[in-house]
Amino acid sequence: MQNVMGIINLNLGQDVLKELTMGRPLAALPFGGRYRLIDFILSNMVNSGMQNVGILVQDKYRALMDHLRSGKEWDLARKRDGLFILPPSPNPCSSGGSRGSVENFYNNLDYIESSRQEYMLITGSHIVCNLNYRKAFKFHKDMNADITILYKEYDAEDELELSQYTFLDCQPDGRISDMGSQSSRTASRKVSMEMYLIEKRLLVELIKDCQARGGWDFVKDVLIKNVDKLKMFGYSYKGYAARIDSIKNYYRHNMDLLRPEKWEELFFKSGLVYTKVKDEAPVKYKENARVFNTMIANGCIIEGRVENSILFRGVKVHKGAYIKDSIIMQKCEIAENAIIENVICDKNVCITRGKWLKGEKSYPLVVSKGTIV
Amino acid sequence: MHSIGNGLHEFFVAWVENEWGIYVMRKKECIAMILAGGQGSRLGNLTRKIAKPAVPFGGKYRIIDFPLSNCHNSGIDTVGVLTQYRPLALHSYIGIGSPWDLDRRDGGVYVLPPYAQEGGAEWYKGTADAIYQNLNFIDMINPNYVLVLSGDHIYNMDYSLMLDHHKKQKAEATISVIEVPWHETSRFGIMNTDEQGRITEFVEKPKEAKSNLASMGIYIFNWRLLRKSLEDDRKNALSSHDFGKDIIPKLLMDGHRLYSYYFKGYWKDVGTVESFWEANMDLLADEPELDLYNPNWRVYSVNPTRPPHYIGATAKVTRSLVSEGCSILGEVEHSVIFPGVHIEEGAIIKDSIVMPYVTIGRDAQIYRGIIGRKSLIEEGALIGSINHEGICVIEENIVIPSDAEILENHMISKQKQVG
Repeated sequence: MQNVMGIINLNLGQDVLKELTMGRPLAALPFGGRYRLIDFILSNMVNSGMQNVGILVQDKYRALMDHLRSGKEWDLARKRDGLFILPPSPNPCSSGGSRGSVENFYNNLDYIESSRQEYMLITGSHIVCNLNYRKAFKFHKDMNADITILYKEYDAEDELELSQYTFLDCQPDGRISDMGSQSSRTASRKVSMEMYLIEKRLLVELIKDCQARGGWDFVKDVLIKNVDKLKMFGYSYKGYAARIDSIKNYYRHNMDLLRPEKWEELFFKSGLVYTKVKDEAPVKYKENARVFNTMIANGCIIEGRVENSILFRGVKVHKGAYIKDSIIMQKCEIAENAIIENVICDKNVCITRGKWLKGEKSYPLVVSKGTIV
Repeated sequence: MHSIGNGLHEFFVAWVENEWGIYVMRKKECIAMILAGGQGSRLGNLTRKIAKPAVPFGGKYRIIDFPLSNCHNSGIDTVGVLTQYRPLALHSYIGIGSPWDLDRRDGGVYVLPPYAQEGGAEWYKGTADAIYQNLNFIDMINPNYVLVLSGDHIYNMDYSLMLDHHKKQKAEATISVIEVPWHETSRFGIMNTDEQGRITEFVEKPKEAKSNLASMGIYIFNWRLLRKSLEDDRKNALSSHDFGKDIIPKLLMDGHRLYSYYFKGYWKDVGTVESFWEANMDLLADEPELDLYNPNWRVYSVNPTRPPHYIGATAKVTRSLVSEGCSILGEVEHSVIFPGVHIEEGAIIKDSIVMPYVTIGRDAQIYRGIIGRKSLIEEGALIGSINHEGICVIEENIVIPSDAEILENHMISKQKQVG
């Protein structure tokens, strides 16, 4: 896979998580106790053998740059290649800012064209999975495909938020015959994971072409319009994939990790997941700690009761506090006798003594960053 | 040379030249030399395959993380690590020093094992001889002061305060001391001082001590003096080439200005299985003396890249430290659990230290045990006993079969595997 360059496109679904994505791009959203969403995609790429990754950022990307820095933690601080942040350079012809992913690609074509790699893997950052791209890349070459789209086929009973997804119609050999959002014409349950393998030469051509015709949406104007003209194939990914596109799904997929088989699959299956190191001490459980079915990251100090929850790094749970079915992000403090249930606390939240906060499982209560309740 | 301007002159004073005479490095005021070559034979099985400073400690660290982190936190960015016994684990652990921010352009970490020269190869014959054989390294850096440390002590200490003290007293050497209980004075090197803290006498393991200030094995020397006394010591055929036994007494005898620096805080020499176990257990107190959670004084270590740990619905964890990547379904009470440990349902772990990647089967019981890396304790095995004081040490990569019952004070290694 050294011949594949990665592009992580952060242009997708930016503000879907309301308070949680107000001050940060979706890619920098904390997930799974000590990670941010982008860690999973970056680790997948690195574990697949890729060593040149560009990130197309849109706005609010300070939090992300702070997280990634030189890329050292992902082994992407290299003399040649490595990690590159590709900011949207405002085009003097356009009316300020970037309108869509195609323009973002277009503004960074120099970097893409001058890379050593012949192939590109383009992904978003909103899907959490532990996936090795080697097989998909082999499939792409074996099929002699122009574009390979990774998809996940859902069972009939899985709840899908139809409006946001792109569905694929595939022939038995995997050739894509049609694709589009919420299709009434087909009953396809094959949902694009927004991960594409494509030859660099072709991508550059398509982007220039699309830009020239005034198109700006990569899916609609580049992929869907060319379904008939190009050899597009679907590659079915069978493993666990968590799509973070709503607060409800964010909550649900975090809770998935409390099932040991999911924990194992996401963190160990085809490679380890790397993230920024914080050098926190091990978790300290004191005399009165009572913890059940919970995932806890280093640096926490636990004196209270915690059930069915995810605790990020450096959380303090004081005596008599009770946390149930909740997600508590970095450096939160839950004071004595506070009770919280079905709550998502963003970073640095403090729930003071004796407070009682309760959300619903289908509609968890979100406490935004730095709030003192 | 008299035509050199003032600015340039300062440049040549403040920079150090390399062996080709090129000025490469800003001059360092103080560098640290960490003595990490000892075997630590009193730790038995724990140091059969690795040097003592590489022994895991405190749920995620290795012992050497403490002096290395202290250096970083004290602003010392040039550190020599003297290795000798079983150095592979230590060398690969230290690497280029990035976890401690010691991958510096100027300075950083230097691993210094013994080496061969024209006259042949020789081992480090003592703590002083180890430094003597690396005089060329210190000459290259040419600092004003040299801080000599042990690689096997557990403590958080700001060496910059000790250096300030050294300079303020206009000392030629400063020795860090800590108060020890009077009944334990016979185990330590004891300092007798005058009111100003100047050392008048140094007695190694005295039967009747006149003071309870023990040397912590932490020294600051003026580099010129250290250089000279190491050279003198080298010529002395009767010397054992040890800082405590030879260098310090000689300096005192010659009337040099040696001062004590009084350290208040947690400090432990983890030289024996008992003290190693105790130091780990010390961390489990409600408010331990050694603070690992101080954001302004982090203890750094190599990260294992593991997810947060999982505590199952059947688990009970109290008064314990648990690190990343563990999954715990059994009962853990007053124990230290390192990364990647699996403890199955019904297992009971009490007053124990479980090192990385150990698996403990269903209903196994461990009391006062130290379980080495990657060992497997099978279903129902019993290690230690709730009624006994002794500590059971299981070496790394051992399988303890399910019918095994291992009682107190056993050291289990590959040669005498039970079952």
